[in-house]
Amino acid sequence: MATMVRVFGEQIVSIVRESTGKIRSINQKYANPKIQLSGGAKFALLLLELYLIFLVGLLGFKFWTIVTGGA
Amino acid sequence: MDLLSKFYFNYSKIIKTIKIYLLLAGPGMIVMIADNDAGGITTYAATGAKFGYSLIWFLILLGPVAYFVQEMTVRLGAVTKHGHAEAIFSGFGPFWGWFSLLDLTLVNWLTIVTEFIGMTAAMSIFGIPPLVTVIAVIIVMFGIVLSGRYWTWEKITMAFCLVNLIYIPAAVLVHPSVSDIIHSGFVPNFPGGFNGELFFYMMANIGTTIAPWMIFFQQSAVVDKNMKEKDIPWGKFDTIVGAFFTIIVAVFVIIVTGTLLYGMNIESAGQAVHVIMGTHQWVGTLVAIGLFDAGFLGAICIALTSSWAFGEVFGWAHSLNYKVKEAFWFYVFFFAGLVTAGSVVLIPGAPLVLITLFVQVVAVTLLPAALVFLIILLNNEEIMGKYKNTLFDNIANITIVVCIIVLSSLYGISTLFPNLFG
Repeated sequence: MATMVRVFGEQIVSIVRESTGKIRSINQKYANPKIQLSGGAKFALLLLELYLIFLVGLLGFKFWTIVTGGA
Repeated sequence: MDLLSKFYFNYSKIIKTIKIYLLLAGPGMIVMIADNDAGGITTYAATGAKFGYSLIWFLILLGPVAYFVQEMTVRLGAVTKHGHAEAIFSGFGPFWGWFSLLDLTLVNWLTIVTEFIGMTAAMSIFGIPPLVTVIAVIIVMFGIVLSGRYWTWEKITMAFCLVNLIYIPAAVLVHPSVSDIIHSGFVPNFPGGFNGELFFYMMANIGTTIAPWMIFFQQSAVVDKNMKEKDIPWGKFDTIVGAFFTIIVAVFVIIVTGTLLYGMNIESAGQAVHVIMGTHQWVGTLVAIGLFDAGFLGAICIALTSSWAFGEVFGWAHSLNYKVKEAFWFYVFFFAGLVTAGSVVLIPGAPLVLITLFVQVVAVTLLPAALVFLIILLNNEEIMGKYKNTLFDNIANITIVVCIIVLSSLYGISTLFPNLFG
């Protein structure tokens, strides 16, 4: 039983190690975006970031109201 | 004689054109008709039951909107030969890439759960237990993708698209008043005035017309089909035809439910089918088949979208033209998505209504990003060359995208806070 658990644990560690390696290589591959962003495009991306922060805030607020029974 | 040869020449030309279209048709038609998925049918059914035929004009307006967004994916896919997930990684770096990929995977998985909810509800009308429906659906879907050829998958899926037209005979069977449809459906109007409830329904219809998975799906399908730049006009035409049919189906669902369920509060397509079945058995049967087909088309396309996206980014072989041995992880991802989503429906007491609502909220976090990336990429001359957006494209697309972002966001927020719009 102990051997089985150890082998299973090693497998999991190996899969996690492989996956993180793969993710790291993807991050390296795409580290430098291939397109030159114009001022308008950069502004659009900034708006997008603000929009997502706003949405995440709203989701957090909703979660908080559910947990505290405020809504 | 001259007239006869002219006639023969024109006839041959038309036949040749139809043959070319049938060869190149697929991604546009499938994405548009699959857009009328179980969630879409629910939205149309609820809209018809609530407002009768009054919002048909609004649905017709959504056809061109869907076309303008989707035709961009045809150009981007045919020119770059990359799916949308890979295009985002490549163009905007890992942060936006991972955000889009993981958000897409989550929203797709939740949407597949809603497709299974629709399919099991439809089959329960015929006395088929959910377990049998889920297992049979997964086996059939896996069988279709295992054909080892994109072309075979595409043509089988297009046959399922044809079944979506079943709402047309259903509408004929309910004997609606054509004059009522024309007078209240085709003349723009706001039934009961422009109030919060009407606004919510209009937003829901927009939300169901443009979904994030559609952008990723069509671009990946164009790449998998190996469409070239010279095929772009055909891809656009295919998308127009698809947009036409998606609106036709939506309008006929409204006609059926606007005639039979007018004045009722419908919360799911399954509920609509049960009520219709009680009074019009034949119509109920057709609507149930249509609902099952809608869920089936949605599930198979959405599961593929996630597999394509992960395959592109992780560098796995990711084409339906590969056998299982050649694209193992691509098929595993497809299968795992279907099995896990189908299993959720079978869990007793699973929060299915909550999942259905949550889909809309999560989709709102991804849709604006996917649309903004699409516009930026389509304006990049280095990538698109002569196929980049023209001034007219930009005016139309940016207007549409801004409207979709604002309205779908309001819809998502109103789902979180139901009393916001009264």
